Amino acid sequence: MSSLLTWGMYIIVFGALGVLALRDRAKARQAIRVAVRSFLGILPMMLAIIGLIGLLVGLVPSEVISRYMGQGAGWWATITASLIGAVLYIPSLVAFPLAGSLLRAGASITTVAAFLTALVMVGTVTLPLEIKQVGKKIAVSRNLLSLLFAFVIALFMGMVLR
Amino acid sequence: MNTKLAGPSAPGRQAPADRLPQGAPRKKTARQWLADYRWVLLIAIADLLLWLFWPSSAAPVLRNTWDYLLEMILILIPVAMLIGLLEVWVPKQLIGKYLGRESGWRGMALSGLFSTAMAGPLYIALPIAGMLLRKGASPLNVVIFLNVWAAIKIPQLLVETKFLGPAFMLARLALTVPSVILMGWLIQKGIERTGGLDVAPARSEVAR
Repeated sequence: MSSLLTWGMYIIVFGALGVLALRDRAKARQAIRVAVRSFLGILPMMLAIIGLIGLLVGLVPSEVISRYMGQGAGWWATITASLIGAVLYIPSLVAFPLAGSLLRAGASITTVAAFLTALVMVGTVTLPLEIKQVGKKIAVSRNLLSLLFAFVIALFMGMVLR
Repeated sequence: MNTKLAGPSAPGRQAPADRLPQGAPRKKTARQWLADYRWVLLIAIADLLLWLFWPSSAAPVLRNTWDYLLEMILILIPVAMLIGLLEVWVPKQLIGKYLGRESGWRGMALSGLFSTAMAGPLYIALPIAGMLLRKGASPLNVVIFLNVWAAIKIPQLLVETKFLGPAFMLARLALTVPSVILMGWLIQKGIERTGGLDVAPARSEVAR
């Protein structure tokens, strides 16, 4: 599904480029120039993020996370879970199975929801890039509010799902 | 470590682009390359040391890094092209009209629907968000765009349903949508109260 969408993006974006090229060759060339420049401009930071994520995912395996989150319950478990989710970066293809196994292992819905929501919405590793792109105000407040809302969403989910 | 990543490198990288005449290729000195890629080098050295001294823990690290690298490059190519097309083809007024401060519910729906249908991790969305913001999209819509991309992308919801069940997915979706809108609204208000955005408007890299 995800790779299907990626290839879909290729088709749409490069199809649009083709249409633009037919209508205005010079503008199309300019679009390619901007694309190459933004690709190269963002590459150093992207590579650093990839390297950090690789280290993080490789050195902190899922078993360690589930060992920490499987035990304990109540407020502390939920707070810890959302903080772990906020700091870690786990790709969603790994995160959702992990959350599922946590749930089956006996973690509460609130804890799992807090972990998952903070994980996907808060990006500590990517914060430098976010600040560069959208500014400190949006980047920092979005991440802090996301952490807060992860907690709120999790509390409601614990009440709704029994 | 993260704050250091952001700090001194960002202005240093943008400065030469601003000084150059438009359309001129950017020439970088070896020193600038080193400055741009210093974090990459540092991490590569860390990986190398890990590989030399703790080969068993290095194996998953290197495998993951390689996998993410391929995934990132695969997605970044169409995303960079999309940014190029937006920059050249879509006039600022159009983005302002459909995603600007006056765009209302329609703008919110548009930014949400656009990003829920995209593929890729959140860091891929960041350059697109930056471009939209500089072209006049409202902070509210940019925050909706980013958070929908992060939390409620369609492919992600399908994986979630598979591993956590439809009830969990629907409950999280139903709670996340209002949270995302409220968050965007709060951030927009905060920005209005504190004297506007802290990013430069659209860089004049492209001659019109």
